[in-house]
This record gives sequence, structure tokens and C-alpha cells, in this order.
Amino acid sequence: MERIEYFLLLLGAVFFAYRAIVSTRILVSTIYLACVSALVSVVLYLLGATQVAVMELSVGAGLVTVLLVYAVSVVGDDALDPASVIPKLLALTVVGLAVFMIGWMVYPSIQVAESKGPVDLASVLWQTRVLDVWIQIVLIFSGVMGVLGLLSERIRDPKKEVGL
Amino acid sequence: MNMTSLNIVLVGIAALFGVGLYGLLITRNLIKIVMVLQILVKGVILSLVFAGKLSGNLGLGQSIAATVIVADTIVAVVGLALAVQVRRRFGTLDAPQISTLKG
Repeated sequence: MERIEYFLLLLGAVFFAYRAIVSTRILVSTIYLACVSALVSVVLYLLGATQVAVMELSVGAGLVTVLLVYAVSVVGDDALDPASVIPKLLALTVVGLAVFMIGWMVYPSIQVAESKGPVDLASVLWQTRVLDVWIQIVLIFSGVMGVLGLLSERIRDPKKEVGL
Repeated sequence: MNMTSLNIVLVGIAALFGVGLYGLLITRNLIKIVMVLQILVKGVILSLVFAGKLSGNLGLGQSIAATVIVADTIVAVVGLALAVQVRRRFGTLDAPQISTLKG
């Protein structure tokens, strides 16, 4: 039963991801991306990563989708994706080779270890990985400042324009 | 988790990563490049959590995955803001065309 759940969820995620890439309308791609995010968060929940699943669902399927819809509303949905610079057959070959090499290197080294007991995310995050928390704080602040700077309209000074 | 489920999740992660990489290679639209990066990072998040589960330290995998989610969101936010500004200034979202324009 467990393997059927994983199979269906991951198959759906890969299918929606492919549809998001090949879809010509960006708004439709955005919806497909939100579906991918929702399915991935369910897989994360089944793997036992409940906090990350909630983060992924709220951020990936919520915040990023809203941001993409906002961007589409600003630039318009008529911005069709032009033909690829790289031939698709070459891209497929490169991707196949990359995935094969990663699998070839990673698969033999996989070993299922015994669980070291219930270690919750909060204790790891606030005791072992404190630097990550600081990095996240800095990233959030830099992201907010960057967006404020980038989205703000430039205020024109008429004196500078006439050279006074 | 038995070996069949392990293999299914591994193949799923590889497929998600492969689809993201393929999209990154063939996409020219700036907004779609941001979307494709999101797909690629979703595969990475899954692999981090899965590695944490296999090594018996799920908390560590979750911690790193949370950091990656935050970083990825900031990348998406700044990337979309840049795409909007590029569209306003150059009137196009085609990445190769932008590199040939002057303005």
C-alpha cells in the first residue's frame, strides 16, 4: 500500500512538472507548479518530515504561486516561450546522462541506517544548526529589501533632468 | 520503509530532478526559468529529507531542507522582480535577446 501511494504521488508530481515546462501559457504553468508543490508536500509528510511539508505547502503552493500570478499580471500572459536554443534531443541526452551518472554514483552507497531516536526539528535547528537560522534571517531581510528596491518606481527629479 | 518503496522514491526524485534540468536547458522565458528552478529545488528538498530519513537523522535533513526552502523562495522573489523590471525596460522576457540588447 505504501509503495502505491509513493508511486502515484511521485508520478503525478513528475507529470505536472513536465506539463508546467511544456505549457505555453505561464498562468497554466503556475497552476501545474502549485500542483507539483502540493504533491511533493504530501510525499514529505509521508516520509515523516511534517514541518517541512507544511513549509513546502504554504510557501511553494501558496506564496510562490501568488508571486507568479502577480508577475504574470504585470508582464501579461502573452509572453510565449520561444523555441529553445539547445536542440531538445541534445537536452534530453544531457539530462539522461546527468541522471544516470548521479544514480550510478549514489545508488551503491545507499544504506538504510537505524534511527537514532526521535530528534525533533526544533532542537536540531536551535542547537546544532544555529548558523542556518541566522542565514535564513539574513536571506529573508535581503529578499525583502531587494524586492522593495526592484519593484519601486524610480522617482524623477525634474531639476536633474533639465541639468539645474 | 521496504526496498521497493525506497527505489520508487529514489526514481521519483531522479525523475523530478531530470525534468527540472531539462526545463532549465530548453526554457528561454525568464519567468519560466524561475518556475523551472522551483521544480529542480523540489527534487533537492525531497532528496535531502529522504537522505535524512535513510541515515536515521530526519531532524537534520528537515533542518537543511527548511533552509533550502527559504533560500529558494528568496531566489524566486528576486528573480521575478528582476524579470518584471527587465520586461518594463526591454519589452521582452527572452533571455538570449536581452543579452544582445543595449539600453
